[in-house]
Amino acid sequence: MKYLILIVFLIPILTFSQINFDGNISGNFQNDFQLYLPDKKLDFNINNPFSDFPEERLLNNGFTNLIYSSKKISMGLRYENYLNPLLGYPSGYKGEGITYRYFQFHNDEIDITVGNFYEQFGSGMILRAYEERNLGYDNAFEGVRMKFNIIKGINFKSLIGRQRIFFTKSDGIVRGLDSEFILNEIFNKLNFSSNLTIGLSFVSKYEKDNNPKYNLPENVGAWSSRFLFNLKNWNLEAEYVSKYNDPSYVNNFIFKKGNAILINTNYSIRGFGINLSAKRIDNMDFRSERNESLQNLLINYLPALTKQQTYALATIYPYATITNGEMGLQFDMNYKFKKQSFFGGKYGTGLNINFSNSYSIDKNKINNATDIGETGTLGYKSNFLKIGEVKFFQELNIEINKKISKKLNLISTYINTHYNSSEILGYSYQGMIYANIYILETQYKIKPKHSIRNEIQILKTQEHEGDWLMGLIEYSISPKYFFAFQNMYNSGNSIKKINYPTFSFGINKGKTRFSTTYGKQRAGVFCIGGVCRVVPASNGILLSINSTF
Amino acid sequence: MKKIYIILVLVFFFDNAHAQNKSFPLPEIDLKNTSGKLINTNTFKNHNGPIIICFWATWCKPCTRELNAISELYDDWIEETNVKVIAISIDDSRNFSKVKPYADGKDWPFDIYIDYNNDLKRALNVNFIPHTFLLSDNDIIWQHSSFFDGDEEILFQEILKL
Repeated sequence: MKYLILIVFLIPILTFSQINFDGNISGNFQNDFQLYLPDKKLDFNINNPFSDFPEERLLNNGFTNLIYSSKKISMGLRYENYLNPLLGYPSGYKGEGITYRYFQFHNDEIDITVGNFYEQFGSGMILRAYEERNLGYDNAFEGVRMKFNIIKGINFKSLIGRQRIFFTKSDGIVRGLDSEFILNEIFNKLNFSSNLTIGLSFVSKYEKDNNPKYNLPENVGAWSSRFLFNLKNWNLEAEYVSKYNDPSYVNNFIFKKGNAILINTNYSIRGFGINLSAKRIDNMDFRSERNESLQNLLINYLPALTKQQTYALATIYPYATITNGEMGLQFDMNYKFKKQSFFGGKYGTGLNINFSNSYSIDKNKINNATDIGETGTLGYKSNFLKIGEVKFFQELNIEINKKISKKLNLISTYINTHYNSSEILGYSYQGMIYANIYILETQYKIKPKHSIRNEIQILKTQEHEGDWLMGLIEYSISPKYFFAFQNMYNSGNSIKKINYPTFSFGINKGKTRFSTTYGKQRAGVFCIGGVCRVVPASNGILLSINSTF
Repeated sequence: MKKIYIILVLVFFFDNAHAQNKSFPLPEIDLKNTSGKLINTNTFKNHNGPIIICFWATWCKPCTRELNAISELYDDWIEETNVKVIAISIDDSRNFSKVKPYADGKDWPFDIYIDYNNDLKRALNVNFIPHTFLLSDNDIIWQHSSFFDGDEEILFQEILKL
């Protein structure tokens, strides 16, 4: 292993030594240190075995990236340290080491990467390796990837490798091939007002069958086809993925094939944009090890077709794709009322409306003697177009952004959520949670470079933990300083009405940023993109430093 | 031991390369335009003036504030400096198809691209968004991450220094 790494870095020095090394070194660095402090109200202390209070008292997450790049080659590595990982991060990250290193060579026709790499085919429903560092998600490949662009309008990608899991790699090997045909370029009709692109992918994984009871497939293949059509301001794209039988822990070891379809269409002109999406997912959990679960060793990415929320109370009930089967729709519209119009006023008014839902898929017994999803069987039959009986999620968002004057800007948001907690989180919660959320954000410029921003948020629900209130006030002095105070209060909780105050302070100095937060963290599910993790309640001081060089 | 070895090799190698602290060229990376076509960053050209690259995403509120602020001043900026703004979204396939309707719905006059595999984000060591770069002759000469009201004026001062 040691030699392999050395070779990776020595090859360019030896073989390309005739190339003039006029490249650049760059990188970034981040380290977070959290000191945990006992808290009576949260019952967060070392003597309470149920509280997650860390024996270490101080925990640390960090990483450093180093990249060398010149016109034709680039190489780099990442050192990660989790000593030990912050609460809420997978415990598999305990430790430190070089987790990512690569060498890449490219010219106009070919692009070769050896070592670690991230990749995505189409929408990612067949293959996507990516990182979400702040959630501890990383399923990078280690192996070889090649991209070819030999004929104009035709792009090929191929890869072979094993995926990262914490500080080690999967036993399974993934092989993939992706092709893309841009018809207008192939037929040299570049000035044509419409454009059609077609893509085809094939991915297969190999994992040895050690199961004593069942004869499991060692090679599992999946293929996908997609197209993208543009006509002036209108786009239509669709992708269909199909996977051969892949019995796994997540699908309860059924031998059914899987498939997924995603359709997106949008139309937009300056001042107005509209998007409509639909999807159906059936048994599409795809991992390089069949016994893995959670966010580990996923080969593909199944996007959640819901609005990505960022306001604190709107993230209490986040949706995550149910990979064993779901179907849903999303509608999203942005409109800007023109200046000087009735709704637009002096500066114009922005409006966003988003509606999304998700249901189970239809599932029927394959025969009378077999239960739906029974291990070792074909699982179930499903009518492709029929919507299942269980509602997973529904959400309506209305956001109005109104600039009142040169100094004052208001954003008001209303969200209505139906959240099936038993299905989405798999917890023994109380099934469907109905919540209404009201948010008012105010941005006010006091004087040049000084501004104040505040948020008032109210969440109303009869279920789960009941109502929440949240307030935030942030004062910033451009470009260097910010101070913020926020409090969340679980006013509707019949057992524990707890305040979660935090105070934050940050400094930006050139390319370095230092920030600190003191206060309480609520327990909950935190998501970025499609990835979520469960974070326990805690109390303490977080110091974070990051820098780019 | 292994790690120390690698670091030594790297340091030795990097020491021999000409490290330039002040400015460095924009890496050549494939992005997608909002019609899904691959576009390489080496096609980014603004013959008469500087280029600003803003990393953003449809779910990032400070990014929207930054692009709104620049959008309002954009006509004046172009008149004075001939600057061109390129807004690069790091949205993934959950939001790919919302990128253009979102930008159009905000009435932004910028060129929009999608860094669909986050290759450019990694190559430029972007950790958090918003992250803004100022380029002169396709060399990155200034960068800044995060956005507070008033930061757009700091950026404009940097453009004027060119």
